[in-house]
Amino acid sequence: MCNVISPERVAYLDGKRKRQRLIRLCQFSVLLFTVGLWEGLARIGIIDAFLMSQPSRVWRTIANLQNNNLLSHIGVTLFETVVGFAIGVVLGIFIAFLLWYSDFLAKVSEPFLVVLNALPKIALGPIIIIWVGAGMQAVIVMALAISLVVTVMEMFNGFKNTDTELIKMARTFGATRLQTFIKIAFPSNLHTLFSCLKINIGLTLVGVIAGEFLVSRAGLGYLIVYGGQVFQMDLVMTSVIILAALAAMLYRMVVFLERIVMRAVKGS
Amino acid sequence: MREMLRFSDVSLTYQAENGEVEALRDIDFSVYEGELVSVIGPSGCGKTTLLSLIAGLEPPTDGTVTINGTPGYMLQKDNLLDWRTIRGNVLLGLEICGKKNTANTDYADRLLGTYGLWEFRDKHPSQLSGGMRQRAALIRTLAVKPELLLLDEAFSALDYQARLVVADDVFNILKREKKTAVIVTHDIAEGISMADRLIVLTKRPGKVQTNILLEFDPPDATPLKRREDPAFRGYFKTIWEGLDIHV
Repeated sequence: MCNVISPERVAYLDGKRKRQRLIRLCQFSVLLFTVGLWEGLARIGIIDAFLMSQPSRVWRTIANLQNNNLLSHIGVTLFETVVGFAIGVVLGIFIAFLLWYSDFLAKVSEPFLVVLNALPKIALGPIIIIWVGAGMQAVIVMALAISLVVTVMEMFNGFKNTDTELIKMARTFGATRLQTFIKIAFPSNLHTLFSCLKINIGLTLVGVIAGEFLVSRAGLGYLIVYGGQVFQMDLVMTSVIILAALAAMLYRMVVFLERIVMRAVKGS
Repeated sequence: MREMLRFSDVSLTYQAENGEVEALRDIDFSVYEGELVSVIGPSGCGKTTLLSLIAGLEPPTDGTVTINGTPGYMLQKDNLLDWRTIRGNVLLGLEICGKKNTANTDYADRLLGTYGLWEFRDKHPSQLSGGMRQRAALIRTLAVKPELLLLDEAFSALDYQARLVVADDVFNILKREKKTAVIVTHDIAEGISMADRLIVLTKRPGKVQTNILLEFDPPDATPLKRREDPAFRGYFKTIWEGLDIHV
C-alpha cells in the first residue's frame, strides 16, 4: 500500500516542490537585483563609488587577497570567534550547572545576573583592555562578556525546568544530584542547548567585532575601522560582506551539528 | 512470614509557606513477603506521601518506617527518556545504582525477552504503545532487583481498556517474580482486583481506616477474573460505603 502513490499525492508533492523552487528563485533574484542596481548606479555615476564602493571593486579586493592580507584577517576573526564561542559555551554550561546544583547559590546570584545581563557589555571594553592587555585575549574576553551571561541564564532556566517527574524517577533509583544532571537534566535540555548555541554564535561575533574595533590590531573588525579611517570603502564593504558570509557559515555549522546530534540521540 | 515493611505510628506534616499540612497521622501497618497490598483513599489523603516515606525520599515527622529490602518505585507516568532506546531506558536504574555489570544486564535482557519487549529493545519510547511503555518502566524498576515494589497510580495515565490489560499484565509479572508490592490507586476496583490485602486511608490527615484481607477463589486469579468473582462486589460495596464520598 505504501508504495502506491495516488495522483493526488503526486500533485501535492509537485506543488510543494514548485513552490520551493519559486521561493529560491525569488531570493536569488532579490540578491542579483540589489547587486546589479548597486553596480549599475555606481557605473552611471548616480551614487559615488568612493563613498558607497561597488560590487566590482569589492570583487577586486577579494580577488587581491594575497596582497592585502585579507585572508589572515579573516583567519584572526574566525579563530577568535571559535575560541570565544567554545569557552563561552563550556563555561556557561558549567556555571549554569553550579546554579542548578545549588538552589542557594542561584538565589544569591540572581540580582547580580540580572544586572550583568542588562549591562551593555561594550562599556567594559576599556576595562578589559587594561586588565588583559590589548591583543587577541581582549577580543576573546569581550566576546565572552557578551555571550556568557546569556548562556548561563538560558541554560540555567532550561535545567531548572527539567520535568520534575523525570528527576523523581532518577531519585527513586537513588541518583545523586550530579547523576541526575548527567542522565536527566543535561540530555533533556539538548534543545535548549542548541537554541542557545544559535544565539551565541551571533553574540560571540558581535563581541569579537566590538573587541577588534577597540583593540585595532587585526581581524575583520579592525579592517572595517581602518578602512573607515582611511576612507577605503572597498575594504569596509568587502569586510562587511565577508563577515556576513562568515556569520551565515558559522550558524549553518551549528544547525548541522544539531542535526547530527539529534539524529544520533533520537534514533531514526 | 517475613515482615518486609512496617509503619509504626508514622505521622508526617509538611511545612509550607502558608502553613502546615498534616498529610498522615498515626499510620500503623505491616506488609509481609510476597504480599500485594493496595492502598486506596480519597485524593489528597497522602497516598503518594506514604510511598515517598517507604522509598526514603522523605523522612517521617514522627514514628518509624522499617523496610527489610530495597524498594523499587514505579510512578504514574512511565518517565521513559525519549533520547534513549528501550534497552537504554531499562538499564538506566542499574547505571544510576552503579550495578551495571554483565550479570545484571543479562537479567534485564532476560526480563525484556520474557515480557515481550526484546524485539523493541532498539526502538525509542515514542515508537511504543502506552501499555508497552508502562511494561518497559516496570522492567526498568525490576532490573535493579527490588524486594519491595511501590506502584504509584501506575496505570492512571492509560485509557480504561489498556489499564485493565496492563494491570493484569503487571499483576502476573509481580506474582511470577514473587515480588512484594504496595500499590497506590484511587480506583477502588483496581485496588481490590490487584491485591491480597487492602488498606483504606481516610481524608487528610490520612489515617488507616480499614485494613482487610482479600480472599478470592482461586486465590491466584488474575485481576480480570477477580472482577467477575462475587466476592469482588461485596468488597467494593463495603469499601465504597466506608469511604463516605460526597461530591
